[in-house]
Amino acid sequence: MNTRPIRAAMAGAAAAALALTAACSGGGDDDGKITLSVGLFGDFGFGPLYEEYTKLHPEIEFEERIAEFADHHTNLTTHLATGSGTADIEAVEVGYISQYTAQPDRFHNLLDLGASDLEGQWLDWKWQQALSKDGEALIGLGTDVGGMAMCYRRDLFEQAGLPVERDEVSALWAESWEDYVNVGRQYSEATGGGYFFESSGNMFRAMVEQADEGVYDREDNLVVESNPAIGEAWDLTVEAIEAGMSNRLQAWTPEWNAGFNEGTFATIICPAWMTSYIETNAPDSVGLWDIATVPGGAGNMGGSHLVLPAAGEHPQEAYAFLEWLTAPEQQLKVFESTGNFPSTPALYEDPALTGMTKAYFNDAPVGQIFTAAAQAVEPQYQGPLQGDVLATIGQGLGRIEDGSQTPEEAWSQVVSDLESF
Amino acid sequence: MTIAAKPAADPAGRSSPAAGRPRPERRRFMHLRYRLDLKASPYLYIAPFFALFAVFGLFPLGYTAWVSAHDWSLLSDEHAYVGLGNYQTLLSDPYFWNALGNTLSILLLATVPQLLAALLLAHLLTLRLRGQTFWRMGMLLPNVASVVAVAVIFSQLFGRDFGLVNWVLESLGAGRVDWQTGSATSHIAIAVMVAWKWTGYNALIYLAAMQAVPREVYEAAHLDGASRMQQLFHVTVPMIRPTIVFTVIVSTIYGLQIFAEPQLFGGGGPNGVTGGASRQFQTLTLYLYEHGFNRGFEFGYASAVAWTMFLVIIVIALLNYLFIRRIRSAS
Repeated sequence: MNTRPIRAAMAGAAAAALALTAACSGGGDDDGKITLSVGLFGDFGFGPLYEEYTKLHPEIEFEERIAEFADHHTNLTTHLATGSGTADIEAVEVGYISQYTAQPDRFHNLLDLGASDLEGQWLDWKWQQALSKDGEALIGLGTDVGGMAMCYRRDLFEQAGLPVERDEVSALWAESWEDYVNVGRQYSEATGGGYFFESSGNMFRAMVEQADEGVYDREDNLVVESNPAIGEAWDLTVEAIEAGMSNRLQAWTPEWNAGFNEGTFATIICPAWMTSYIETNAPDSVGLWDIATVPGGAGNMGGSHLVLPAAGEHPQEAYAFLEWLTAPEQQLKVFESTGNFPSTPALYEDPALTGMTKAYFNDAPVGQIFTAAAQAVEPQYQGPLQGDVLATIGQGLGRIEDGSQTPEEAWSQVVSDLESF
Repeated sequence: MTIAAKPAADPAGRSSPAAGRPRPERRRFMHLRYRLDLKASPYLYIAPFFALFAVFGLFPLGYTAWVSAHDWSLLSDEHAYVGLGNYQTLLSDPYFWNALGNTLSILLLATVPQLLAALLLAHLLTLRLRGQTFWRMGMLLPNVASVVAVAVIFSQLFGRDFGLVNWVLESLGAGRVDWQTGSATSHIAIAVMVAWKWTGYNALIYLAAMQAVPREVYEAAHLDGASRMQQLFHVTVPMIRPTIVFTVIVSTIYGLQIFAEPQLFGGGGPNGVTGGASRQFQTLTLYLYEHGFNRGFEFGYASAVAWTMFLVIIVIALLNYLFIRRIRSAS
């Protein structure tokens, strides 16, 4: 057997592999070009902006890495701890931000790179969230905020004999979450057991986000047991579960996605970023979904920052891009294409933003609705394991939903699980 | 072949008269070299494997043991020595025992039917079939599929509201099952994923072993009036016993380390880490993942879990081995 062709092929492959490694490791410096890597969870709608920026700065190119929400943050933490593997620019969701502001050394301090003059550009609380405890370091710049609204299905509301126009719907639960649960009861009765919302965890989280104090106090102590707002939110959520209002779906699963199109539930808590999610998952339901205000006042759910991990080799270039990307003009473009709502108040008076409507949501004035929601948000302190604590409580509610535990058992397991944090 | 060829290629060529008689010291040296070659070379030839094993197998094993004796979090630079403290916490954690129970339950549900089915399939494949190669290669296809793809697809099939399995059950009048919520149902769903992927693979291994069984034995059994099934269980199974031991041990090891299937079955959120809201399908590896690669990144504790798993696997593999050894003595 003649082995020469095989050897030649192997040698070729080895050479190609070497060339590839060389191309990757250097960040493409040799031809004067710099490739900035951007690590995100999901599509942030940055695609066209990369192109635009490369046109302005031909020496900069981009490489986007997208992972799933939980994986993204797990990977980011491990990469930060080991000091390698991070992208030049990484996204951090608000539930994780204080975990990272607790270790500012692992990031480039944006105050040193030129962000110190920009403080007034963002909502004050958005800026504060990315500051280290001592206020000496800023690890990230804000992208979007998640001022909450309530999305609902017009067709299902009509079938249940409830009002369908968004102002009337908002009025149904304008007073409180108790009213929301009462409307849910009416809905279930009128539809013979139809589900009013998709998961109790989301309802609970929305109520908690609206409280002055959440699951942590300002000294980073867990106050889940002592904070009356948490207890009230839990009790009301349990009441809704026991009335059979929850579709018992787990967020981000295929079943949950399908529910948007199939209309298995009538309402869902809608931070601005949720609107594009609904649109993508229920492309056939044009005009069936609409947006009303959320019960219980304003609150923020979700939203992100972009950070520059210290291992990144091009802090100047990455920062320059970051500053450009999070400037109001670009945030407006992102809102137009994805629905992620800007965190820069300068836009809140801009008719280009406030006048925006979405045909998919029956021409709902999304600009107006979410501007009002974002402006009314009273900032809540986010503790280090915010996301994990809420997830643990959400699982407790899940155990009540699927009937494996009574509310008392579920609560005591939540408490004991939280003790191990 | 190299070992045999070496002495012949020895340039000292004792048979060469032209070279004259080598001096005695030189001869002794040559002899030593020859002996060394004979004795040491084989070790050199197998050394690459063991060198790699030492670097990528033995060292991590030892280092994990070292880490497991510390309070070692990825997020802090201080690693306090705690001795067996991690193991103590582990053994007193009810969630660990829950994970162990789940793992064993999934192992049983996946392995036993899988190996029996593989045996039957292999038996069928020994028959004269049209397109024999097609059937045999087809067996291997599920094994080629990525475990993640398998888990994602099956999680959708076992979906509560829009899953194919529930749709079939409902059209048969059996009613819907919330596969993920129940303990037994979730174990079955995960076991099906494992079995789907590995049945064909095991069937092919059995097939290879069966083809080595001498025809005469079957002919004798046939003359004695044994049916095809009797031949399978009284002739084939005892004859391929070593292969069965191999498949049982390999599937046990795989089954005790199941990770991707339950993780993806739980969905992207926290249920994927804890194996359901009630931890109803959290396996040992998932338990390790929860502690090592989540909020606390407690590598010390996770290493203790890894070592405990290692011991559990050895014990169960041994038990299996002893159990399977009885096949011959029973027949």
